[in-house]
Amino acid sequence: MAVQYIYPEYEVVRNYDRCIACRVCERQCANEVHEYLADSNKMVADDSKCVNCHRCVALCPTRALKIVKTDHTFKENANWSGKSITEIYKQAENGGVLLSSMGNPENYPVYFDKLLLNASQVTNPSIDPLREPMETRVFLGAKPEKIERDERGRLKNNLPPQIILSMPVMFSAMSYGSISYNAHESLARAAAELGILYNTGEGGLHENLYKYGKHTIVQVASGRFGVHKTYLDSGAAIEIKMGQGAKPGIGGHLPGAKIVGDISKTRMIPEGTDAISPAPHHDIYSIEDLRQLVFSLKEATGYTKPVIVKIAAVHNVAAIASGIARSGADIIAIDGFRGGTGAAPTRIRDHVGIPIELALASVDKRLREEGIRNNVSIVVGGSIRSSADVVKAVALGADCVYIGTAALIALGCHLCRSCHTGKCNWGIATQREDLVKRLNPDLGYRRLVNLMTAWKHEIKEMMGGMGINSIEALRGNRLMLRGVGLNEKELEILGIKHAGE
Amino acid sequence: MKRVYVNEQWCLGCHLCEYYCAFASTNEKDMARALKDVKINPRIRIEEKDGISFAVSCRHCDEPLCVKSCITGALTKVNGIIMIDKNRCIGCYTCVLSCPYGAVYPSEDGAIQKCELCIKTHEGTPKCVTGCPNGAIVFEERGE
Repeated sequence: MAVQYIYPEYEVVRNYDRCIACRVCERQCANEVHEYLADSNKMVADDSKCVNCHRCVALCPTRALKIVKTDHTFKENANWSGKSITEIYKQAENGGVLLSSMGNPENYPVYFDKLLLNASQVTNPSIDPLREPMETRVFLGAKPEKIERDERGRLKNNLPPQIILSMPVMFSAMSYGSISYNAHESLARAAAELGILYNTGEGGLHENLYKYGKHTIVQVASGRFGVHKTYLDSGAAIEIKMGQGAKPGIGGHLPGAKIVGDISKTRMIPEGTDAISPAPHHDIYSIEDLRQLVFSLKEATGYTKPVIVKIAAVHNVAAIASGIARSGADIIAIDGFRGGTGAAPTRIRDHVGIPIELALASVDKRLREEGIRNNVSIVVGGSIRSSADVVKAVALGADCVYIGTAALIALGCHLCRSCHTGKCNWGIATQREDLVKRLNPDLGYRRLVNLMTAWKHEIKEMMGGMGINSIEALRGNRLMLRGVGLNEKELEILGIKHAGE
Repeated sequence: MKRVYVNEQWCLGCHLCEYYCAFASTNEKDMARALKDVKINPRIRIEEKDGISFAVSCRHCDEPLCVKSCITGALTKVNGIIMIDKNRCIGCYTCVLSCPYGAVYPSEDGAIQKCELCIKTHEGTPKCVTGCPNGAIVFEERGE
């Protein structure tokens, strides 16, 4: 094109004193940024193709490469940022909806970073988790309202089906199709070793992974891909996906080009057809309709598994959650506006939904006020970045958290946010065979296990500091939280005091 | 005995093993200084065709044809590892011809060179194994 409106966002900086022209950068870049010039025995790069995924940087054996943000600039303007201008150039060129991947990167408040945890001093003893028992196990599902006894006075087992987790973290829904088989296998094996659960997402379950069924949540979403009797029976729980934090109110679209081989078989749709998940479930237009699906799934599986209903955090989330808690669902999963995605319209991802911290606090409060908090467990997701976020979420009222992005980062994701191109250099968000094999599940699952093991240690340390030896005693314990830099309204919604109070 | 094995399924054909191998036999601390403007002559090599790739290096065979074919006794088997005594090698390359895996190569100084599991350069796991980004090259005990 004669006029190039868009200047490359990143520059590949090569230290020629260190480059030995081994060509690993060239071989490992699916975006074809690097090129070897045989006549001069020299590597060169085309910056315009770089997505800043760091694959070349991470594999360069002599550390000859780094990626920098270009300092090329527009005339400074506090209103019209370079990003806004560039996006207009893009749309003026192609007339299309802007697409993005992974979570909302915009500069909205992160409430987790404005919450601080308590610790014991003098008047109440803290606990050393290395010396004393510390319980991080959680049970998800409806809890009985009262103890019942039979005619001989013995306790009746009136406990509805539960999910038992060794720690309050699960891997959130990411479908086989949106992520690779090797990524799925890594998640499944890690969940099994850790005693937690992973989630199939809406793409069915590959036949090789049925053996991890006890550690699997099988999802039923609006496209109903890959749902059949054996699928439902194989999981430890069933999740009905109503919405996703990254794109509330929006369905999904996996292009036909990705529906090949095992993905077509697992999704139960012909090869090459687009997999379109409608925005709503076409059979659910009310809580009563939702109740029908909840009980259809329970009936189909003999009332042996808890049913999760997953929604995006939106404005009326507390009222919606109250309805879900009365629909027969055992667990509500709420996905905040920073949750990840394999592809979403940029405007939806960046401008729709609400922060998970506020959604969680208001749902927990509403369910308590209505006396139905014990009907359901609450799972929250949408950018849980560390064990501190987990502890804060639990203190705000969550039973457990979902992590998606954090798990992918452990597998090598560098948050380049280019999943929608299907050329993931780390073998995660791609179906290209040569790229998928870059993620060896033997190494990937071990990294996930390491991450969760580290978080578990940290959770115990933070609990011990607060003098709490059971994670269940921390749930909804908002006295353990204080806010910094929050206004009265924010503190009121979060149900916490300001630091110093 | 621990040997270098290749899991072809996970080989990305990135050729890093070749560079870590070439680096291991230099005495430099820094790979950039060791291999800058050097055409490497590694003891492990990637073979690739039609999207399939894998690394090939000495198998340290139980019945090594290279040792049998060596006319000067430069190649010997010591504790399971086939070693080359460069002082005795006369560069006849009979071993190069007889190795069924193509894992013995001429070196720059005229003598032959082959993988000796890095035991002459450092302790522990060979560098091609630690340098493989995807666990495609492993150093492990397998049933003989």
